[in-house]
Amino acid sequence: MADASAPSAPPPRKSLMQTLEVDTRLLGMIGAFAIVCIVFNVMTDGRFLTPRNVFNLTIQTVSVAIMATGMVFVIVTRHIDLSVGSLLATASAMMAMMQTSILPGMGLDLGDPWIAPLAILAGLATGAAIGALQGYLVGYLAIPSFIVTLGGLLVWRNVGWYLTNGQTIGPLDENFQLLGGIGGTLGTTGSWILGLIAVVVACMAIWSARRSRIAHGFPVKPVWAEAAMMALSAAAILGFVAVLNAYQVPSRVLQRDFQARGETMPEGFTQGYGVPYSVLLLIAVAVVMTVVARRTRLGRYIFATGGNPDAAELSGINTRLLTVKVFAIMGMLAALAAVVASARLSFHSNDIGTLDELRVIAAAVIGGTALAGGMGTIYGAILGALIMQSLQSGMAMVGVDAPFQNIVVGAVLVLAVLVDILYRKRMGAR
Amino acid sequence: MVDRSGTPLVELRDIHIAFGGVKAVDGVSVDLFPGEVVGLLGHNGAGKSTLIKCLSGAYRQDSGDVYVKGEKVNIQTPRDARDYNIETIYQTLALADNLDAASNLFLGRELTTSLGFVDDSAMEAETRKIMGRLNPNFRKFASPVSALSGGQRQSVAIARAVYFEAKILIMDEPTAALGPQETQMVAELIQELKKDGLGIFLIDHDVHQVKRLCDRAAVMKNGELVGIVDVDDVSTDDLLGMIIAGKTPDHLAA
Repeated sequence: MADASAPSAPPPRKSLMQTLEVDTRLLGMIGAFAIVCIVFNVMTDGRFLTPRNVFNLTIQTVSVAIMATGMVFVIVTRHIDLSVGSLLATASAMMAMMQTSILPGMGLDLGDPWIAPLAILAGLATGAAIGALQGYLVGYLAIPSFIVTLGGLLVWRNVGWYLTNGQTIGPLDENFQLLGGIGGTLGTTGSWILGLIAVVVACMAIWSARRSRIAHGFPVKPVWAEAAMMALSAAAILGFVAVLNAYQVPSRVLQRDFQARGETMPEGFTQGYGVPYSVLLLIAVAVVMTVVARRTRLGRYIFATGGNPDAAELSGINTRLLTVKVFAIMGMLAALAAVVASARLSFHSNDIGTLDELRVIAAAVIGGTALAGGMGTIYGAILGALIMQSLQSGMAMVGVDAPFQNIVVGAVLVLAVLVDILYRKRMGAR
Repeated sequence: MVDRSGTPLVELRDIHIAFGGVKAVDGVSVDLFPGEVVGLLGHNGAGKSTLIKCLSGAYRQDSGDVYVKGEKVNIQTPRDARDYNIETIYQTLALADNLDAASNLFLGRELTTSLGFVDDSAMEAETRKIMGRLNPNFRKFASPVSALSGGQRQSVAIARAVYFEAKILIMDEPTAALGPQETQMVAELIQELKKDGLGIFLIDHDVHQVKRLCDRAAVMKNGELVGIVDVDDVSTDDLLGMIIAGKTPDHLAA
């Protein structure tokens, strides 16, 4: 049990990146994302990185990104979920039915403020229940998740169809539609306040992590490195808010709003959109999922099971129940994604979420989740979703033919995994 | 000398386990006293690992009873075994390669903060303490255990058993993957744990090692117990004879 490197040589000089303890893999992904953005920006003569397009990109990513965070857990435990797109459709159908027929039938008037929350609750419960059922089949009956969710892909899409008789249902409740993106934003002032709160929280998190390490006598980074990380986080948060705030509500829409209230719009009045509620939802999901992954027993067990299922079992972890929980979380997140997706469209249609399972899996994998299990990050999956969406909408803006768009996205997925494998080999980790 | 006058720490009585008609363990009884190391010897497939898995909670016996400190116990899962202070160091070490040493040490028994979140700093601090005792050269607290050497991984697995104050320790070929120096450290550790009054079941192939480390040896063949002997009464050849031919040496066969 002797450590070969026993003699204590003077520690080698650390590079800047090592001192800052920046995750090189995260850096690589941000770099790839930046390159994608810059290339498209040049090719579209600067139309790609306008506030308007950034805003649209963000709200288009939310639905897939929410599901990708759940897919990280599923893939980390060495499973796969091919049914998320169909599950989204069933949950969406359920919520649409609640809003337009079930709740009004129970005596709630159309436009009642209770309709949206009750419908969302019903949707989340549906998603969680379906997910838990699939998790039970995988965990307790030992049917491979690939098969269970491949079956689910067919089953849930058509359960949704059956529920709605194949009809498109809309328009959805007004309050419900606020979660779709452009229809519901915080406004500029609210966004700045949110941004400042986020900066404070980020700095406090960095500082308390440092204090906890000091309290136990562990080595810490130099203060300037911590300060640099805080400054970087602050710049990123506030920069994002500034861009979203810079996207102006078209004056035609503003005029209509004023007319609706029976007022006239003052000359030169402008208003920025700010942070959409759907993005707020994604941020909340990302924070909660990251905390679950890193700070709770559930998360620890998920990663341990992915790393070595036998060891997890022998350590007294109930890996079967864990599988049920993981799939239930995935189902609930698919339902949450259904809220955003159907609210953005303002109606439910049968083909909602078609092929989303592939986008979600691709986002998680591009984000560094290893299909062999045990590895993956929430922020990586969200970045992966953002990269995928940027590629897709960037190519559409440039005018790439539809078949080529999919060819490129497919090739990028394979390439990303190859780069990931090479990176891991070079790091010698596994 | 081990005092065998009191109640045994563990008693396995007439254990039977069959896998689809094949009798993996057929009516085996073994006991273990405090401060004693009992070696389990036998060929591959003799049933020694299967037998011991009834005690660690990985398998359930078809019939037969397990007694801990004279009381009959019902061990259904690894968690039950842990509740009786039975800790197992598996041949495969049962470590999650993607997690660091502290996460592995506390896997299934995480320390938590008052809010119920896992307390990584506290767990790392405890890990540093215990590793300082077992393997003072251990430095790789932040790396996943896949980046550790065989000996370092072994010391994490042992630390896990020692930290939670095992009374009964099961070691399944603890030195199979180790070099001579590391094997020596395991041997020293076993002596130290013996002094603390632990009872240890040591599953091994190597008769020399069993003679050196154990007080008694229980030899199994084809699922049956050949015999339990005091290692000082037998030569390594006698032990080999028991393993291969399945017969107790003449001078002991009363």
